[in-house]
Amino acid sequence: MWKWLHPYAKTERAYQLCITLQPWLWVGAILCLSIGTVWGLAFAPQDYQQGDSFRIIYIHVPSAILSMSTYVAMAIAALVGMVWQWRTAYMTMIAMAPIGAALTFIALFTGAAWGKPMWGAWWVWDARLTSELILLFLYIGVIALYGAFEDKQQAGKAAGVMALVGVVNIPIIHYSVEWWNTLHQGATISKFDNPSIAPEMLWPLLINLLGFAFFIGAVTTIRLRNEIVLREQHRPWVQALAEQALLPHKTRER
Amino acid sequence: MSLYQGIFKRDMHIAFKQKAELVQPLMFLLMVVTLFPLGVSPSPDTLQRIGPGVIWIAAILSSLMAMERLFRDDFQDGSLEQYVLSGMALPAVSTVKVVAHWLVSFVPVLLLSPLLAMFLNLTFDMYVALLLTLILGTPLLSLIGAIAVGLTVGLQKGGVLLALLLIPVFIPLLIFATSAVDSAALQLPYYPQLAIIAAMLLLAAALAPFAIAYSLKVSQN
Repeated sequence: MWKWLHPYAKTERAYQLCITLQPWLWVGAILCLSIGTVWGLAFAPQDYQQGDSFRIIYIHVPSAILSMSTYVAMAIAALVGMVWQWRTAYMTMIAMAPIGAALTFIALFTGAAWGKPMWGAWWVWDARLTSELILLFLYIGVIALYGAFEDKQQAGKAAGVMALVGVVNIPIIHYSVEWWNTLHQGATISKFDNPSIAPEMLWPLLINLLGFAFFIGAVTTIRLRNEIVLREQHRPWVQALAEQALLPHKTRER
Repeated sequence: MSLYQGIFKRDMHIAFKQKAELVQPLMFLLMVVTLFPLGVSPSPDTLQRIGPGVIWIAAILSSLMAMERLFRDDFQDGSLEQYVLSGMALPAVSTVKVVAHWLVSFVPVLLLSPLLAMFLNLTFDMYVALLLTLILGTPLLSLIGAIAVGLTVGLQKGGVLLALLLIPVFIPLLIFATSAVDSAALQLPYYPQLAIIAAMLLLAAALAPFAIAYSLKVSQN
């Protein structure tokens, strides 16, 4: 049942797939992000307690949710690489790592910017904040391990092991931190005091979430294409691609 | 079976020949603990409050130093490659090596722990809880640490990288271990925390040998 997937283990096919997917992902990203952001920032009703500052959720929540999903996606890619010995899977994993780290940082930064006026502090050792910070550390570990190896094939495998160790640990870390926090501090400031969010506030959030996902996909395809071209420089098809790209310049020089 | 016994004996033998390498992480542990009364406050109440966390943080940091030794010499003199080629079950070989390493690196920490508890003014109940968390927790440090050591053994500068990889993974253990000792300080039962640490240890004992074996293969390329 997975046979249709296997051709994409070849770098050339994966490269072609990226080229096919890329415009669609960009269209989706631009469309969703512009609708969701404009709707959320300009037209959604004000929060009766937080006023306009609640609007940061349209950036904060999608990046926080997707920072975790991206890590899981990375671990799945690592597992696929390990099971089927796909080089492209490791390349995809490492293409996603810096994107995920950036999302985690965005989530932490927007959270801090929102926390200052709302909680009166840039940083609180709240369970969610802490586990997001540890997620950032896990991303940094994977990226650092990948960077430490000269041989990128080996680097991919090593970083894959670490990504899998991390993904086994994420739930443990999440629950331990939550438990630690409730043990040490009395009242936890919960993010949504009212669990149900008004639909006219929710829709732009969902659209932005989708837009962020498209955007991550689009950036991943770009990074994966770069990775493939860099790693496969010696392959005839990459050289042909480079020739083709350079051809207009060459004829102009003549 | 005798092959694995041979590896175990060889590892123990080599470890006791390199006494300095065994003692240095312990001295590091002792010195880190000494810094806290000097840097934070020598008052007995404060020390008792921060003590469990300080001992555990120092133990984790010193374990990072001790851990490097686990596969390094075997990698450099090529015996690791021989293990991979020998057809022995690599998960079993790595388990044997981890056990031998734990015995020579962490049992001394257990022996040193009464002194640390005294330095930081822990009560007897707190010390018992601390000892139990150390007994259950340090094998976990060894097992998970060995995965990262296996991955970084071939790298020239593995030291800081090892810390970057492992510290986030050790956070749950730190949380549960210190909270067990805190509960003991309040005369509360701390079995739940111990049970969770034991569960994590069992999970690691089941999965880590395979991950260590895989990471050693990756390092051997």
